[in-house]
Amino acid sequence: MTPFRTPAGGRIDRGKPIRFTFDGMAYTGQAGDTLASALLANGVHLVGRSFKYHRPRGIVAAGAEEPNALVTVDRGGGREVPNLRATQVEIYEGLTAISQNRWPSLKRDLGAVNDLLSPLFPAGFYYKTFKWPRSFWAKVYEPAIRRSAGLGRAPKAPDPDRYAQLYAHCDVLVIGGGPTGIAAALAAAEAGARVILCDEQPEFGGSLLHDPGATIDGKAATEWIAESLAALGRRDAVVLPRTTGFGYFAHNFVGLAERITDHLAAPGARQPRERLWQVRAKEVVLAAGAIERPLAFPQNDRPGIMLAEAARTYLNRYGVRPGTRAVVITDGDSAYRAALDLAAAGIAIAAIADTRAAPPGPLVDAARAAGIVVHPATTIIGTEGRRRVHSARLAPVGGGPEDHVSCDLILMSGGWTPAVHLFSQSRGKLRYDEALGAFVPGTSAQRERSAGGCRGTYELDACIGEGHAAGREAAAAARRSPAVSATVSGDAPAAPLPGGERSSQPGDAERGRDVAGEGALPRRKIPKRAFVDFQNDVTVKDLALALREGFRSIEHVKRYTTTGMATDQGKTSNMTALEFVATSLGKAVPAVGTTTFRQPYTPVTFGVIAGAARGDLFEPVRRTPIHSWAAENGAVFEDVGLWKRAWYFPKAGEDMHEAVARECRAVREGAGIFDASTLGKIEVVGPDAAEFMNRLYTNAWTKLEPGRCRYGLMLTEAGFIMDDGVVGRLAPDRFHVTTTTGGAPRVLHHMEDYLQTEFPDLKVWLTSTTEQWAVIAVQGPKARDVIVSLVDGIDIARDAMPHMSVRLGKVAGVPARLFRVSFTGELGFEINVPARHGRAVWEAVHAAGQAHGIAPYGTETMHVLRAEKGYIIVGQESDGTVIPADLGLDGMIGKTKPDFVGKRSLARPDMQLADRKQLVGLLATDPKVTLEEGAQVVEDPNAPVPMRMLGHVTSSYASAALGRSIALALVSGGRARKGMKLFVPALDGTAQEATVTDPVFYDPEGKRLDG
Amino acid sequence: MSRYSIFSLARNALSGHRNWPRQWRSPEPRREYDVVIVGAGGHGLATAYYLAKEHRIQSVAVLEKGWLGGGNTGRNTTIIRSNYLQDESAAIYEHALKLWEGLSAELNYNVMYSPRGVMMLAHSVHDNQVLKRHIYANRLNGIDNEWLSPEEAKRFCPPLNIGRNIRYPVTGAALQRRGGTARHDAVAWGYARGADGMGVDIIENCEVTGLRRGADGAVTGCDTTRGFIGAKKVAVVAAGHTSVVMAMAGVRMPIESYPLQALVSEPVKPVFPCVVMSNSVHAYISQSDKGELVIGAGTDAYVSYSQNGGLHVAEHTLDAICELFPEFRRMRMLRNWGGIVDVTPDRSPIIGLTPVAGLYVNCGWGTGGFKATPGSGHVFAATVARGEPHPIAAPFTLDRFRTGRLIDEAAAAAVAH
Repeated sequence: MTPFRTPAGGRIDRGKPIRFTFDGMAYTGQAGDTLASALLANGVHLVGRSFKYHRPRGIVAAGAEEPNALVTVDRGGGREVPNLRATQVEIYEGLTAISQNRWPSLKRDLGAVNDLLSPLFPAGFYYKTFKWPRSFWAKVYEPAIRRSAGLGRAPKAPDPDRYAQLYAHCDVLVIGGGPTGIAAALAAAEAGARVILCDEQPEFGGSLLHDPGATIDGKAATEWIAESLAALGRRDAVVLPRTTGFGYFAHNFVGLAERITDHLAAPGARQPRERLWQVRAKEVVLAAGAIERPLAFPQNDRPGIMLAEAARTYLNRYGVRPGTRAVVITDGDSAYRAALDLAAAGIAIAAIADTRAAPPGPLVDAARAAGIVVHPATTIIGTEGRRRVHSARLAPVGGGPEDHVSCDLILMSGGWTPAVHLFSQSRGKLRYDEALGAFVPGTSAQRERSAGGCRGTYELDACIGEGHAAGREAAAAARRSPAVSATVSGDAPAAPLPGGERSSQPGDAERGRDVAGEGALPRRKIPKRAFVDFQNDVTVKDLALALREGFRSIEHVKRYTTTGMATDQGKTSNMTALEFVATSLGKAVPAVGTTTFRQPYTPVTFGVIAGAARGDLFEPVRRTPIHSWAAENGAVFEDVGLWKRAWYFPKAGEDMHEAVARECRAVREGAGIFDASTLGKIEVVGPDAAEFMNRLYTNAWTKLEPGRCRYGLMLTEAGFIMDDGVVGRLAPDRFHVTTTTGGAPRVLHHMEDYLQTEFPDLKVWLTSTTEQWAVIAVQGPKARDVIVSLVDGIDIARDAMPHMSVRLGKVAGVPARLFRVSFTGELGFEINVPARHGRAVWEAVHAAGQAHGIAPYGTETMHVLRAEKGYIIVGQESDGTVIPADLGLDGMIGKTKPDFVGKRSLARPDMQLADRKQLVGLLATDPKVTLEEGAQVVEDPNAPVPMRMLGHVTSSYASAALGRSIALALVSGGRARKGMKLFVPALDGTAQEATVTDPVFYDPEGKRLDG
Repeated sequence: MSRYSIFSLARNALSGHRNWPRQWRSPEPRREYDVVIVGAGGHGLATAYYLAKEHRIQSVAVLEKGWLGGGNTGRNTTIIRSNYLQDESAAIYEHALKLWEGLSAELNYNVMYSPRGVMMLAHSVHDNQVLKRHIYANRLNGIDNEWLSPEEAKRFCPPLNIGRNIRYPVTGAALQRRGGTARHDAVAWGYARGADGMGVDIIENCEVTGLRRGADGAVTGCDTTRGFIGAKKVAVVAAGHTSVVMAMAGVRMPIESYPLQALVSEPVKPVFPCVVMSNSVHAYISQSDKGELVIGAGTDAYVSYSQNGGLHVAEHTLDAICELFPEFRRMRMLRNWGGIVDVTPDRSPIIGLTPVAGLYVNCGWGTGGFKATPGSGHVFAATVARGEPHPIAAPFTLDRFRTGRLIDEAAAAAVAH
């Protein structure tokens, strides 16, 4: 036991010493300690340096609101986390903690020179200087500012840990496991509700954990906690310690972050580090408690100056004496309880300075009775001590003789701030309570209710009563229909108080607190170096400067001074700043307003929000039924949307170019086999199917005979090409629609959108069948010869099954939809079979094709072959600015149709212009040069920049069939430029000459389709 | 207006900084102005600044419902770049970028424009084609943009994961070195101070409740929560609520409004040297001068005026961040917020005249308006002052949705095949 431990008491396990290091020094704490309590137990008060001035800082608080004591915890192997609050880090054997923002050491930090230069660095100084010379900002000033800013260091190695996610539903979610929250959870569970109770701490009980004398229902508080948790367990409530309710979203959707392994010396290999709970709660009870406010007196930031209740927590919960001789400065009652407890533990209370003129009440009397000197109407005008406070200077409020009091601990208490964060996040409207001097929940926006400290109720019995009532009401409300409107938590009827002996923290007489505005501030002049936001080094002077410079809105003051913007998000500073601004402007606090509370309540790891989404689980990988065959046969894959598509099939020694050239030759001369399963497929069915197709596609569908196919073109409302694909009519009321691979979800969504909102009268049903069919394309002059022996029940003779037709039958013994279509310009079939037979049928076709020199080919060959034919790819030849006429597809527009999506837009004047970009072919003068896709096309490559651009190269390949390079391009007025020479500038300043041609390079008559 | 410099800072340090003047006044509204601008965001304040500075129109009021710079100006991720594909977009964003380069000196206010480089990642063959198309077009428009291999991208941004084992490996990147970031609040405050110094009245906590029109149909002023304020011209620059304000004059706008989210991590020492954007996997990240990782998330899928989006939207972005930068998985989200973006059918802005005489509008910047702030204000001021579109603003008419001359940037990123 270290000398700063009390002989007995507290929640720590005195039988279990835990060794840890801080900045390389070895220390021993006890099981149940936080890093903060363990350091204090070892007499370590200097734990950090402030952000801007690098001032020595100690531990101010005992919980989530801690602004100063930020450390890095490094478990090795990438398990490094900066900026953790020592007050929330549970120690474990071997814990390695390191202080931050200091060099070379915490005790001797060269950055502290900033403190000496602080007159040059008032709020917003960087807006006024560092402007000259211009290039110096990014090269000199900014790098220097960046180096001195930041807190800890980001981890450098990838995080090896796993994170889990879980979705949960419940009747009543209770956030906060102090007395109020436990009471609420219990009441709700007893009323039959499914309950989730969470608390950010490892142990339930909240303030009861440091209030050993408290009793509830005649029992000791610890006993009541244990019994209540056991009762919750019996009722199958989900009870989550180390779990922070961090975000309150729409429709009672609440995010909880559960920390599972950070407190363990040796986590199990299979344990996730954290778990994200995404809870949809019928009702929420907020029981988040309250946060004590510091006081903004001069030099209030020295190590050894802490919140009164924090000192009480360290003493009672952790058995730590945070000092030997304390001065208390307060403007309310609760600090007296801390003083009494400390005095009882043998810590000398040198004085209580109370800014109130005549502090009333039993606690004040008790202090006096205990022999503590109470100075009314007294404030603190300064402190001394560099790495630890060693004295306080007290003086009467309003001026007068100073009293120099030596001490090694100063307890401050500026009243309490209800933790309304989650209420505010839920979009509830806050109400300012004049008597409390604090914002409390007003009108609710969602189905929640606040109880206890977070709505300004501080007395234990009242908290228990409110908790019970809130739990009961929430359970009842959860049973009612979800349409029940939100309740007004601020106006909840006062609950009957169950029996209770004595009140708990913070103080009975908080309502008697001095809320004149500045708390302990001397009134006449603005004090030096009175810190409001400790972490960001914002002083009262900075706030005053902001006001002097015309920043009036609290949001402006916040942004200009950075008060409330540190990693504690202003938990201890916002109200102090707000009261100062209000007083200075002569306005009421609510007239100045409060800044918006945003999620998360305390910082949440990226990892737990991302969860398991990494690698292949980042986004689902879609693989076709034939994928495994392609992988076994050496395919190289490319990502297309979520799909992995076979890109090309290199043989030993082949590069991509050679493989593609070989694949192309195989298709042009014999046969190729291609996996087209990724194409989107939508079954459009119903008596109005043809009418629906008429409205969604530009083409006319009414007269398309069953058994025939048509190339369909879909436009956006604005008239631009959105998607295309072959559509087969299987029956008068049934269409087999194909879409582009990437466009499938978009097209289905578009169709459903119109069907449900514009054409609800049409009897049509849409079903995505993309993954139901495997699609095997067999293309080439020998395609019919390849499949003929496998086809059963379909006459595939040239005239019996012409180009653009579809038949039902069997292929390789499997029921199939057989299309005669081509995206290569060769005779072609696409065999659709149920996905589970895909690989078998593919193998059968591949085997049958061996006699005909069949070759599997990938998307690259598909691209080359279609480009040789001038077939477009939506998203490549079109880009969302292209209308059918631009691509020479006017023929696809049903001229007599009364309407289709995009028709009206096509009539707009800009769509008729002759200089629109039109699809043309481009042949480089040097046939060996393959133009770069995306390169721009110009008339004069030597024209000055910015240069007039005519369009761009959309597709460009080396064509084996043509023995030269080919390209497609969109060129302004392109069709009228055929035969002209244009230029394609490269990035190195050179330019390729190219001739504008027709976009169809191969078999322009289309004879091969009829093969 | 007192000049800001290291010397004035030192001089004021001697007097305890007690003599700094106000950066702008809080005037009572006058009964009438030559021009009333609705909305004191960056674009509106820049408009006021250039009206006074370049067009000598000083009878200008900027009306603000809340506090100046409190909308998207103060909520965005501060990315600045001009590497846009379409000529019209390239012209206006490059105009803005050139103004950014001199803005701190122009305003005598350090807006911290930092050309740290904006790197846009490709993850597929299609991405490569799209980004290269941008580079080719940018270069011929006189805008810097260059292609990097994955290894070069990693050298420029060491935290980047270019492993082949991730879901969408990085296949290359387009880098605009002049792109970067600036301090968003300083832009609003710098323009406010500059405009105020030339006599412009910036009136906060003054919500416009109606736009009045005279017998001839022309606009005559605004009804506000602080009374009627007459105006010869009214310029609406109210991003997030453009449709609402314009409806007061009977003009229906082709705009949909969505919540767009952003988030920051806790501050850490410098670890991220540039801006990285990946449109394919939806990751947008940089590090602020203060040390926070600043991360842009997406919009909700449905229209809304709530400045708060769903957790799944932030989650989707953090998925991508953790995939591309796996060492940031243990970093912690400090703050997550939303703003309302006005989106037009072609996702390009509308700048110019309206069907109502005397009423002008500048809106529809979608998710990318911050970078345009100086250029937008500059050309809009000229448009309002002259009553005809500035040449750079001319393509961005409201009329283009009737004629069909759309300026669609997102179109080029369409994924298909």
